[in-house]
Amino acid sequence: MKIRFTPEEEAFRAECAAWLQAQLNGPFADIRGIVSQTFRAERRLEWERALGSARWSVIGWPEEFGGRNATLAQQVIFAEEYARSGAPGRVGHLGTELAGPTILHFGNDMQRERFLLPIARGEEFWCQGYSEPNAGSDLSNVRTRARLEQGPDGPEWVIEGQKIWTSLAQFADWCFVVCRTEQGSKGPAGISYLLVPMKQKGVTVKPIRQMTGDAEFNEVFFDGARTRAEYCVGKPGEGWKVAMGTLAFERGVSTLAQQMTFRNELEQVIAAARSNGAAADPLIRQRIAEAWTGLRIMRYSALRMLSRTTTGTMAPEAMTYKLHWATWRKKLGELAMDVVGAPGELCTGEGYELADLPYLYLFSRADTIYGGTNQIQRNIVAERALGLPKEPRGDR
Amino acid sequence: MHFALTEEQEAIREAARDFLSKRADSARLRKDMLLPEGHDPALWKEISGELGWAGISLPEDVGGSGLGMVETAILLEEQGRCLYGGPFLASAGLATALLLEAPASEARDAILARLAVGEATAALAVTGDSGRPGGDAVALELVEGPAGVQLRGHAAFVLNGNVADTFIAAAHDRRPGRDGLAMVAVAAGASGLAVKTLAAMDLTRPYARIECSNVQAVDLLVDGGGVAVARGLQVAQVALAAEQLGAMQAVMDLTTEYARQRVQFGRVIGSFQAIKHRLADMMVICEAARSAVYYAACVVDEYRSDPATGAAELAEAAALVKVYCSSGFHDVAGNAIQLHGGIGFTWEYDTQLFFKRARATSNLLGSPQYHREVIAELLGLDAATEAP
Repeated sequence: MKIRFTPEEEAFRAECAAWLQAQLNGPFADIRGIVSQTFRAERRLEWERALGSARWSVIGWPEEFGGRNATLAQQVIFAEEYARSGAPGRVGHLGTELAGPTILHFGNDMQRERFLLPIARGEEFWCQGYSEPNAGSDLSNVRTRARLEQGPDGPEWVIEGQKIWTSLAQFADWCFVVCRTEQGSKGPAGISYLLVPMKQKGVTVKPIRQMTGDAEFNEVFFDGARTRAEYCVGKPGEGWKVAMGTLAFERGVSTLAQQMTFRNELEQVIAAARSNGAAADPLIRQRIAEAWTGLRIMRYSALRMLSRTTTGTMAPEAMTYKLHWATWRKKLGELAMDVVGAPGELCTGEGYELADLPYLYLFSRADTIYGGTNQIQRNIVAERALGLPKEPRGDR
Repeated sequence: MHFALTEEQEAIREAARDFLSKRADSARLRKDMLLPEGHDPALWKEISGELGWAGISLPEDVGGSGLGMVETAILLEEQGRCLYGGPFLASAGLATALLLEAPASEARDAILARLAVGEATAALAVTGDSGRPGGDAVALELVEGPAGVQLRGHAAFVLNGNVADTFIAAAHDRRPGRDGLAMVAVAAGASGLAVKTLAAMDLTRPYARIECSNVQAVDLLVDGGGVAVARGLQVAQVALAAEQLGAMQAVMDLTTEYARQRVQFGRVIGSFQAIKHRLADMMVICEAARSAVYYAACVVDEYRSDPATGAAELAEAAALVKVYCSSGFHDVAGNAIQLHGGIGFTWEYDTQLFFKRARATSNLLGSPQYHREVIAELLGLDAATEAP
C-alpha cells in the first residue's frame, strides 16, 4: 500500500500542468473556469479537439486508439491537474468515459476501429440513451424498440421510441441506445445496446429546461431512426449486461476530476465565509470542517476504487461511492447558501443568471437523482453488497 | 501509487482474523472483561510475545519487526472487530506513537525494547479529569526538585492504565525557562505514584487514574516546547481510528446477519426498504471509514520516513480520520441497536458493548467537535477576513 507518486510520475504531472496552463492562458483562456455544462458549447467542442490532437483526451486508452497507454497513476495525475488548471468540464465525457470504455471492453474489433479514434480526437460526440418516461429508476422497463430490416447497404436496425434526460444530446453525433429487440420480452432479457447516429431524419431532440434555468438535457425521439446491424455491442438481446458495464465505468478516473471540481466549490464556500464573516460562526465552522472531511475521504475512496484491477464490474466500495458523493454535494449546496445568506437569493444579471454558489445549490438537488437516485443506490448496496432480498416487482 | 493492501498485508490480516476468531470471540470477551485486569493476561502474553504483535511497528534495532502503520492498523482493525480489551491499542498504538516521536535515548530505547517483546506494556497519560484533549486539560506538571526533575498532579482516562508497567505522559514543563508540554516516562511502581482503576460505562476496556505526588523516578524524554507530543497524539488518533473501523464493521456485519434471519410479517426484515436503506447508509460509513483509516495510516508511514514534508498532511489526516470514525462508529452502533429492536437493548446482546465502545472512543483523544475545529483552523478560517 503506497500513496506517493514517484519522481517520474511527478515529472509527468509537470508536463500535464505545463500543457494545460499554456492552453488555458493562451488560445482557450475564454473558456477557463466555466461551470455550466452547456455554456459556450462550440468553443468547448474545439477544446475537445485540441485535447485530442495533443493526445490528452483519453490517456488511459491504447495508443492505437488515440491514447497513451497511461498507467493508473498517470491518469490520476492528469485528472487532478486538469481540474486544478480550471479547464472547463468535458463535453465529450459521455464518449470518453462511457461509450469509449464500453466499446473497448464489450465491443468487437470492427466497432473499436470505427468508433474509438473519432472519440479520442474529439471528432464525434456521444450521448446516453437510457432513461425513458416510464423507465427511470426502473431502467429494465425500457419500451424503445428496434427491429432488423433490409436497408440499401445491408441489414439495419429501425428504432422507435423515446428517451428522456439525455444530457448533451443537442451536440451529439452518436447515441448508445438501450432498447428492446425481442418482441414481447420483459425486464433485462431481450434488450440490446445499439450505437445510433443522431444526425438523421428519424431523430428529434427537444431540450428540457431544468430548475437551474439551463437546458442541458433533452428528450430524444426515435421515429424510424436507423443504424447498421453490426453496430450492436454484445449479442442482440444480451445488452443489459453491457448497459450495466457502462455504469461501472462511471466510477472510473473521472471521479477524481469531479472531486477536484467539488474542491474548487468548497474553496469558494470557504472564501465566501471568510469575506462575509460567516467563518466566525462556530456551527458554520463545524459544517465546513465536516464538508472538508467528506471531500478528502472521497478522494481516498476513489484512489481505492482505482487501485482495484477490475473492469466492468463494481466492487462494494464502488457501490457506495455515488451515495457518498451525491449526499455530500447536496449538503455542500445547503452549506453554501447558509454561508452566503440572503444575497444568494438574488439573480446576478438579465434573465435567470445566478452566481456560482446559488447555482450549485440548485444543481446539487439533481445529484441525488441522476445516475440512479439515492433510494435506488441504497437498494443496490443492500441487495448486491449486503446480500439482502431483492425488491419484489408489482408487474411480473 | 497503489492504494490497496499487498499480499503480505492481506496475509497479516488473515492470520490475525483467524487467531482472534478462535481465541477472542464474544463469549471469551464477556468472561475476560470481568477479570481484575479487564482482559486475560495469558492471551495478551501470547498476542504480544509469541505472535510478535506488540513490536510490529517498532524499529528492528530495539527488537521490533520494523513494519509500518498500515500493518499496525490491520491488527487494530481486527482487534476492534472483537472488541478486544487487552492493552495492544494502549501500548503498541497510543503510547508507542508518542515514544517514537521522542529522540532515541537510553531511557526511551530501554522501554521500547521491553514493549517490543511483550515484556511490558505502556499506557498513555495525556489528559486530566476533564478528559479533554489539548494542553489545557493536562494536569501533570514537571518541576525542578531538590534532586532533579519531579512529576506531580494527576492524569485520568489512562486506557488500560491498570495493567501498565510504564506511563508515557504529557506534563506542563514548569522548570525555570521552560514552557509547553514535556514528554516523560514513569514506571508504575515509582515511589509517589498511585494508580486507581475507574469503573466505566464501556465495559470492554478499563481506564485508570494516576496520581503523582512529587515522583522523582521520571525519565524526561522530550523537553517542553516542541512538537513531539502533538505529533505523537496525531499518530495515536490514526491508531485509535483503525480500531474503531474494525468495531463498526463488526457491528454492521452483526446487524446485516440479523436482518437476513429475523422474520416478521412473514418475511425477513432485511427485505423491508426501511431496514435495507439504513443498512446501506451504514455500509457507506464503513467503506468511507476504511478509505480514511488506510489513507491516514499511509500518511503516518510517509511522515515517519520524512517528517518535514509529511507533517502538514499528518495533521489533517489525523484530525479527519478521528472525526469520521468517531461519529461513524457511533452512528453505526446506534443504528445496530435500533435495527435489532428490543434485543438490541439487552445486556445479553453485544450491540450494547459496541455502542458503549463507540461512546468511549469518541471522546478519547478528542471528540469529533474538537477535531472539526482543528480542521477549521487548518483551513484558515481564522485568518483575517477580507473586506467584503
